[in-house]
Amino acid sequence: MINKKVKNVEEALQGVQSNMTFMLGGFGLCGIPENTITELVKRDVRDVTCISNNAGVDDFGLGLLLQNKQIKKMISSYVGENDEFERQMLSGELEVELTPQGTLAEKCRAAQAGFPAFYTPAGYGTEVAEGKETREFDGKMYVLETAFKADFAFVKAWKGDAAGNLVFKGTARNFNPNMCGAAKITIAEVEELVPVGTLDPNDVHIPGIFVQRIFQAENYEKRIEQRTVRK
Amino acid sequence: MALNKNGIAQRIAQEVQDGSYVNLGIGIPTMVANYVRTDIEVEFQSENGVLGMGPFPFEGEEDADIINAGKQTITTLPGASFFDSSLSFAMIRGKHVDLTILGAMEVAENGDIANWKIPGKMVKGMGGAMDLVASAENIIVAMMHTNKLGEPKLLKQCSLPLTGVGCVKKVVTNLAVLEVKNNQFHLLERAPGVSVEEIQKVTAGTLIVNGEIPEMILS
Repeated sequence: MINKKVKNVEEALQGVQSNMTFMLGGFGLCGIPENTITELVKRDVRDVTCISNNAGVDDFGLGLLLQNKQIKKMISSYVGENDEFERQMLSGELEVELTPQGTLAEKCRAAQAGFPAFYTPAGYGTEVAEGKETREFDGKMYVLETAFKADFAFVKAWKGDAAGNLVFKGTARNFNPNMCGAAKITIAEVEELVPVGTLDPNDVHIPGIFVQRIFQAENYEKRIEQRTVRK
Repeated sequence: MALNKNGIAQRIAQEVQDGSYVNLGIGIPTMVANYVRTDIEVEFQSENGVLGMGPFPFEGEEDADIINAGKQTITTLPGASFFDSSLSFAMIRGKHVDLTILGAMEVAENGDIANWKIPGKMVKGMGGAMDLVASAENIIVAMMHTNKLGEPKLLKQCSLPLTGVGCVKKVVTNLAVLEVKNNQFHLLERAPGVSVEEIQKVTAGTLIVNGEIPEMILS
């Protein structure tokens, strides 16, 4: 077993610097690497590019990095729910690249799987396709999209072991598995770091080969964005 | 009388076929699930990674790790599954999802749709909408017939940045059910008590009216 376990978030984030490109898992506030985000705020790394489906809310998730003006550029599919984000974007302080959600996921997966690019029908005929190569296959038009290149991928899993194997829970899975191994270094924070051998190999969602560092996270807030109940 | 949002959802629910996988967008489309016949089998997909979505949870049973694409807490039904974003869009792009129901700011008579951006005003992003409209075999738009200023949303050509081209097949509004084909809107049904003239007046795109147009039947 190749040991990926590190003591804590401080040790896990060794080598993280300003001007780097990060991938962060999560959909809305669901399945975001909370411990890592808190540490990034503390370290005050600046001018970073963040690839993340959303940008958090004003006072939680990536919104914390935005408030602190640490982000130079966001690559996301949906950025509503965040006033500070909108303000920085409209004033030109923040560069934003909006990407269709399925394309965003596939640009991660392509990086993970060693594909430099792929064709997708999403965005054809819209401003998303401007300046990009297009091509017809069987009478339908497609846009060429390239794989992401990132320095660190920060993911959050439910369970994991020192071998780096990961198991996700519910819809907190989302982009997390697609980002594992899609950057130079993948760091996983887990709710429960279990002894090696306790995860059934049949149940592993992401094999440890895609993960370089793993740590036991603490104090998850798991904030709910839209608490909706049945009457 | 024009329908309210629940009425639109109720009418669209009649389009949902037995044995189909359906993706519901945010807003009126989400409400469609409330009106689907209970004697047919339908599975709802949410692009953040769940198939077999159930109703909202009872108070106290919310799980922060189980949400829909609108970030609302949800439940799952027996037979449900969770998956990652890439696989979720493989279902969508690969045409495994049969029906997509989503909202729109504008629809053009050639089937173009705009629903993600108002330049200089609102830039929230497209989320999964561009993937959905580029791939789905069957796309139904749920929306009000006019915007807040009373201006038509069914146009000759979209004025807002596009989400997808030539993809919308059907539109259900508070006033009418329309089919989009041959670069025209074909009026299929009227909301109860709404006249063809009233619909014509607030439709900017080419409207084809063939014979008697029946009223929608909402049980």
